[in-house]
Amino acid sequence: MMSHAAYVLASYAVAVATVTGLVLWVVGDGRSRQRELKALEAAGVRRRSAEAPGGESK
Amino acid sequence: MNENSLAIRKFSALANPTRFLALADRVLPWLTVLTVVCFAIGLWLSFTTEGDYQQGETVRIMYVHVPSAWLSMMCYTVMAISALGTLVWRHPLADVSAKAAAPIGACFTFLALVTGSLWGKPMWGTWWVWDARLTSVFVLFLMYLGVIALNRAMEDPGRSARVSAVLVLVGFVNIPVIKFSVDWWNTLHQPASVFRLDGPTIDPEFLWPLISMAVAFTLLFFSLHIAAMRNEIWRRRVDSLRRQAARNAGRETLAP
Repeated sequence: MMSHAAYVLASYAVAVATVTGLVLWVVGDGRSRQRELKALEAAGVRRRSAEAPGGESK
Repeated sequence: MNENSLAIRKFSALANPTRFLALADRVLPWLTVLTVVCFAIGLWLSFTTEGDYQQGETVRIMYVHVPSAWLSMMCYTVMAISALGTLVWRHPLADVSAKAAAPIGACFTFLALVTGSLWGKPMWGTWWVWDARLTSVFVLFLMYLGVIALNRAMEDPGRSARVSAVLVLVGFVNIPVIKFSVDWWNTLHQPASVFRLDGPTIDPEFLWPLISMAVAFTLLFFSLHIAAMRNEIWRRRVDSLRRQAARNAGRETLAP
């Protein structure tokens, strides 16, 4: 039989683990997407709306 | 220009993803700082206030359990409003919002179930009972997983948006069932003690940590939701840029 403190500790541990996992996933996802966008931009692929008038592509 | 059309213009201005990204960049740092500060206050109150004369130390589990349970329902409500936005107003960011919210909602529902179970064992003497409240929250958890699976099952975001919007709206019937299950049926789970028409019935000693943790969790949800929406917009941009690059490459090889 666990003591009450152990149940409290387990609850907070699960909460910290879940929230940390969620935050890391959202931040990590954002970083990878930005990396992909930068790589595409470096390769010269631009959004049509971001292209300057008279740009190279027609 | 009348007031109504001004409001509509502001609403559609937000529909522009580029404008949303700029807004997210401005808002997120502040929201993050505010969330951290609220969590510091909430956690400090959670562990410095006294235990309950009956529940003892386990009352502290409530400071995580109640806000998670509240968020699990609020997140689904946000998704249902977004689903309406997709189906009725065809707001371009609505399905981004619904898709971004689903994993966050699933995490908070999971947390509500696990912490409830960890409180139930020492207080009720059981990890789980199939009473109306616990079962309906478990169904909510399954709904979240279903929406996530459906969002990932289809390649075309436009199609999956409409299908999952219908699922989200059908599933919304579960939210009032969860809320009122403790009044409609004889449940082991206790009835509401904070959001009541006649005011909260719990002692301020427990009410303050509970409210501050609820505020912190709500701020955390909105920070994560805005960040996840931004990620989803970036993801769609990457996809469309890749398609564009492939089209251009095809044209170059075909052209003499």
